[in-house]
Amino acid sequence: MTYFKKGAEAILSLEEWHGREVVMKRRVPKPYRHPALDHRLRVSRTIREAENLHEAKKTSVPTPVVYFVDKENATLIMEYIEGDRVKEILDQLNSKERSCLCERIGTQIGRLHKASLIHGDLTTSNMILVGEKVFLIDFGLSFHSQNEEDKGVDLHLMKRALNSTHYGHAHESMRSIVTGYAKVMGTESTSRVLRRVRAIEYRGRYFRERT
Amino acid sequence: MKRLTGLGIESTAHTFGAAIATSDGSIRSDVREVYIPAPGRGIHPSEAAQHHNNRAHEVILEASKKARTNLREIDFIAFSCGPGLGPSLRVGATIARALAAYLSKPLVPVNHALAHIEIASLTTGARDPLVVLVSGGHTAIATYAAERWRICGETEDITLGNLFDMFARATGLATPGGPEVERMAKEAKELLDLPYTVKGNDVTYSGLLSATLREYKEGRRLPDLCFSLQEVAFSMMAEATERSLAHTEKKELLLTGGVAANKRFQSMLESIAQEHNARFHAVDKRYSGDSGAQIAWNGILAFQSGVTVEIEESLVKPRWRLDQVDVTWRS
Repeated sequence: MTYFKKGAEAILSLEEWHGREVVMKRRVPKPYRHPALDHRLRVSRTIREAENLHEAKKTSVPTPVVYFVDKENATLIMEYIEGDRVKEILDQLNSKERSCLCERIGTQIGRLHKASLIHGDLTTSNMILVGEKVFLIDFGLSFHSQNEEDKGVDLHLMKRALNSTHYGHAHESMRSIVTGYAKVMGTESTSRVLRRVRAIEYRGRYFRERT
Repeated sequence: MKRLTGLGIESTAHTFGAAIATSDGSIRSDVREVYIPAPGRGIHPSEAAQHHNNRAHEVILEASKKARTNLREIDFIAFSCGPGLGPSLRVGATIARALAAYLSKPLVPVNHALAHIEIASLTTGARDPLVVLVSGGHTAIATYAAERWRICGETEDITLGNLFDMFARATGLATPGGPEVERMAKEAKELLDLPYTVKGNDVTYSGLLSATLREYKEGRRLPDLCFSLQEVAFSMMAEATERSLAHTEKKELLLTGGVAANKRFQSMLESIAQEHNARFHAVDKRYSGDSGAQIAWNGILAFQSGVTVEIEESLVKPRWRLDQVDVTWRS
């Protein structure tokens, strides 16, 4: 086994599985959590992830194919996607390339939301660029919802990730994401979700505009 | 550079504090008086302000005496300018202005949240950490880059401090609730099934509070409630922290703020730091709660890089967010 990556929730490794090169994603027990809570979270997220990686495909959002789910060991075996993490490349692009990539990211988010699928953890760490395609990964916190609130939280998290990690161009990048999002969602739904995003921000502590 | 001496005045919520610090990083004195609300009640802002008014002069004189520093010898007066409760903030600011005018000293406005980070950095030696700030006023994860603290995640409703205080008030425990909940939790027998809500790097606690209080009304044992509340609330924040640590790839993790004194939470974050090869630092218990020391030390850093405010413009900012402060002294 070649060690590959240790994320926040899981250890990813490259494996050979029935003659295929695959990624094994193991949600290992967290020693800091109570064992009962830990087990509950690891199992439910593994199932969610497997289900919603597949659901996402139905909305034309590229995601890795899930080959096998080992519920008890909170382990997924899935397709290895070879590409660049958006987190690593976003700051390297020129502004035209960047706005183009962000629009595509926005389109992917829009497709999920249009199908009432909420990703739950939208950061640039969870997006992989393969050629022209943006793959979304890490669906452990995803769920179904038609609420504008939940869509708003999703975009709020995206915006937050840009502000904290890609602060040099966060504003423009978010604007491009919204442009792409609106292409799928339509301007009316988009502006409703964006109003939510603002309301959610003001819920943060000590926002001046909060009433 | 000449050694600087500063007076810091803390007055954002229930604590009125005064301290004297010097630019070599020593806290020469740190005196505080804490307003304690009536049992079962939260902070009443005007009562807190009244308390601060009554105690201010003795706290400040004591700080000067303990540091063996005449207030005429200091270089500036720093005060907590925000965020916090308006009436509390105004007491500290009024006294700071009066002293500044009387002693002809410059006035330095300090952001209280930032001061929690700076005093923790000073006393632990953390240099470029991912910060977890948990208190009655804050529950946030932040990193520094390009002259600003950037929020990676935060609570979308109440803070950890609020959560424990509100639970304590509803169940007849003493406040502040955090230490009481921690103590009671040690006698628990089982973990109750309570809602766990993490949204990316954000958390929400009001659903957890309602569910815990519902279980309380159904007659569950208080130690089990305390234990379960603490386990779930801290696990949520720990998970958000771990996610931020993995995303930012920082090599240090710094825990600060009043709730940082909780041993259970410390052990969770320490375990996460270890897992990601990061060094874990927790603020010393002396400086976890609100103190004049944090304001005095942050005052030194700010004053050294030229931050002062004219008395006429020294209005308090009850909603001054951490990520709105220009920080010119960190590299």
